[in-house]
Amino acid sequence: MSAKKPTPADLIQIDFNPGKKDWMDAKIDFEKKRGNWNYQVLPKSAEYVGMPYPRKWSPADEDWKLPDNWQKIIFEGLRDRLDKYRSFKIFMDICVRCGACADKCHFFIGSGDPKNMPVLRAELLRSVYRNDFTAAGKIFGSLAGGRKLTVDVLKEWFYYFFQCTECRRCSVFCPYGIDTAEITMMGRELLDLVGLNIDWIGTPIANCHRTGNHLGVQPHGFKDSIDFAVDDLEDITGVRAEAPINKKGAEILFVIPSADYFGDPHYFGLLGYIALFHEIGLDYTFSAYASEGGNFGLFHSNEMMKRLNGKIYNEAKRLGVKWILGGECGHMWRVLHQYMDTMSGPADFMEEPVSPITGTKFENSKSTKMIHICEFTADLIKHNKIKLDKSRNDQWRVTYHDSCNPARAMGLLDEPRYVINGVCNHFFEMPENTIREQTFCCGSGAGIGTDENFEMRMRGGMPRANAVQYVHEKHNVNLLACICAIDKATLPPLMEYWVPEVEVGAIHELVGNALVMKGEKKDRTDLRGEPFVGTETAGKEEEANV
Amino acid sequence: MKALYSFFAVIILIALAYLGITADMTTFFGLVLPYIAAAAFIFGVAYRILIWAKSPVPFKITTTCGQQKSLPWIKNSNLESPHTTLGVIGRMALEVLFFRSLFRNTKMSLKDGPKIVYGENKWLWLAGLVFHWSFLIVIIRHLRFFFEPVPEFILLIQSLDGLLEIYVPVLYMTGVALLMSVTYLYLRRALIPQINYISLISDYFPLFLIMAIAITGALMRYTPLRVDIIKVKELAMGLGSFNPVVPEGIGAIFFIHLFLISVLLIYFPMSKLMHMAGIFMSPTRNMKNDNRMKRHINPWNYPVDTHSYEDWEDEFRDVMKEAGLPLEKE
Ligand code: HEM
Ligand code: SF4
Ligand code: SF4
Repeated sequence: MSAKKPTPADLIQIDFNPGKKDWMDAKIDFEKKRGNWNYQVLPKSAEYVGMPYPRKWSPADEDWKLPDNWQKIIFEGLRDRLDKYRSFKIFMDICVRCGACADKCHFFIGSGDPKNMPVLRAELLRSVYRNDFTAAGKIFGSLAGGRKLTVDVLKEWFYYFFQCTECRRCSVFCPYGIDTAEITMMGRELLDLVGLNIDWIGTPIANCHRTGNHLGVQPHGFKDSIDFAVDDLEDITGVRAEAPINKKGAEILFVIPSADYFGDPHYFGLLGYIALFHEIGLDYTFSAYASEGGNFGLFHSNEMMKRLNGKIYNEAKRLGVKWILGGECGHMWRVLHQYMDTMSGPADFMEEPVSPITGTKFENSKSTKMIHICEFTADLIKHNKIKLDKSRNDQWRVTYHDSCNPARAMGLLDEPRYVINGVCNHFFEMPENTIREQTFCCGSGAGIGTDENFEMRMRGGMPRANAVQYVHEKHNVNLLACICAIDKATLPPLMEYWVPEVEVGAIHELVGNALVMKGEKKDRTDLRGEPFVGTETAGKEEEANV
Repeated sequence: MKALYSFFAVIILIALAYLGITADMTTFFGLVLPYIAAAAFIFGVAYRILIWAKSPVPFKITTTCGQQKSLPWIKNSNLESPHTTLGVIGRMALEVLFFRSLFRNTKMSLKDGPKIVYGENKWLWLAGLVFHWSFLIVIIRHLRFFFEPVPEFILLIQSLDGLLEIYVPVLYMTGVALLMSVTYLYLRRALIPQINYISLISDYFPLFLIMAIAITGALMRYTPLRVDIIKVKELAMGLGSFNPVVPEGIGAIFFIHLFLISVLLIYFPMSKLMHMAGIFMSPTRNMKNDNRMKRHINPWNYPVDTHSYEDWEDEFRDVMKEAGLPLEKE
């Protein structure tokens, strides 16, 4: 049974007043809240990767069939994580509840639910921590802000920790940098210990572990997809590119999120990469084994993240590449930038990345040896190594959505903008409180981009959509460019819901459009198969618009 | 409700001190407790820091609030996304001295349209900054009781603080600022619905306690409840030089003031006030964004079960062969 989808007019009736009731009384009516949570992980997937207590259950049931000693498991898990993560321990202790983070979370803005204020999301767990892990809590209990761990509290954790996209926006505004994403990650790990997880995390993980990618595409299917893209590109441009797979001795291993070869509009970005690499004659290879850059393990646990991530360095070593290039993806880049080297390194079997085309040394990745496609392409454009015709993107009036992780866990802000400005004539920024480090999440990241969670996704995506609407109305923007696979999957429905006139596209789709290729056919089209808007007609149109 | 609990807790503390003094327990309130409190504060804070430090920092999870260091021609924001130690020091200094992150604060409101508007909202930042700085200056001024002769810089701060000579005795600006800002911090907790909703007893308690300390201090200085400063200094110097004496005839109000301070010191290490130390140790702020330049070591990085290439090829060899993908083993 799925919930009736609310209309935008329904959703926008938001009450931000939390009322006077004590928030510590936990009780979620899951049946009533359909549309705001995700289905439980399938036992088959859970078993395949060894998640604890695989079983049949549903959040809508009264009885979640928890193991008998579930409290003990949670407490031990909590103790263990406090001992392992200074971040977690400090974030448990020092929040002053100043509320600076409160209205910074897109889920709070879109829902008005006070427990979606980052500070309260954290307090859900912190109250239990205070009760059982601090002296004051042990003595004074609820007077010291403590709360007993009951089944209802656990259910509340499940509800709210899967209503956080681990976007870190709150952390930008907190005077101590308290990162509620970090607390959510710990909360999710604890839930997983007693077998509470969601299917859109568990099943992609199981698939990825087995086949190498979240979609469960097997090696021959992967090859088919890539071959198909090469054919498609030839149809569009008249140029036959090569896209090697598992090629030993290639200079560069290229890792992309699997949605790039299965999703739309991701796919046009894939065409863009292949066209670009052909044009500059890059010696690279895809891998069918490491055919996923994205890592849903990040949304599950530290350990699962590491298990999935290990493939990338394994494969780089086996193929003997010099360095690794990574495609457009958000959370993938959080893992690659902040975790991979530490977890799966050292990458001492590779060389410090150097662009074979420009000779630029990527000193910023001299240890991890993996660079972002936007860094790579920005460098190409800067050195005039590719021929670009910006007018080929004149059908688009572009704005750019910083995805959370490249922005707040990497600081990749100006490279994508440089690329966009290098390949498009019409680029417009959204308001400053909604971009760069203050960017708003798509509302569907961190594994909660499911259909059954539709209402909460539309709510959480509302601040982003609202900013797009602003530039749409002001500048006629009709394309929301982004560099994240989850964005490309979830922004289109979000746009359809709130700003129907705006489409979503990859930056490297724009690059592929603008790229003037040697030997291309006269009547080549853009990567979506649409004829280019002639420069002159575009000029006229714009005048007409004034 | 929660505010009331805290309020009455402070009232009870004041009553306790008053009863104690009238029962002639000045030695306890003037000497014994301050020593206990000072020790509890020092050892408590040190203990909490050690406990934090015992947990390792497994990953470098800087929150990047600006452009990373990447290509040479792209301007890196070394204060918001520092890649050097100096950058981190700068970033931390801005946080600690000027509450940089709080300065970003905005207030969201939903207008018809729907339009979401993010308005300027610097009041918390301003009140927070005034509160902390005036608190600090008040503490520094108090050091004059512990030294003879009083060091130059304390005298300097003191005279700057009293520069607006609008009252006799000299009115210290920081005293007024402290009271005003702490009142604002309380009012926003009481009046802003969301802040009210998240506030715990332990959020109101330090505010009322500090308010009470400031008020008792002001009463001693500006009203007929004035106490004999010479005698207070005698007591303070005695405490400081570990030659404690309790001079006769200091008013009860002083002992209440001192008692509340002792309570604050004892309460400090077991409360959110530990943010004073925590801010320095927060991994999202005190780490460099140089993740890909320099490998961070996780001391508990244990091996995990990954799906190895060999097993993977074993599973998919047939389909790979058919598709013409290269194989390790035919
Ligand atoms: C390195 C030193 C310190 C730094 C950087 C610091 C920073 C901050 C910041 C940024 C806030 C949040 C904004 C606000 O409410 O003002 C805060 C809150 C607070 N600080 Fe500090 N602090 C420090 C030391 C102290 C000390 C020594 C005390 C008092 C004994 C203290 C008492 C408080 C209180 C009571 C609040 C909560 C205010 C409220 O309820 O809204 N802080 N601090
Ligand atoms: S901004 Fe930081 S300190 Fe303030 S309430 Fe939020 S998490 Fe707590
Ligand atoms: S990490 Fe993002 S989604 Fe989670 S609480 Fe913070 S702002 Fe909200």
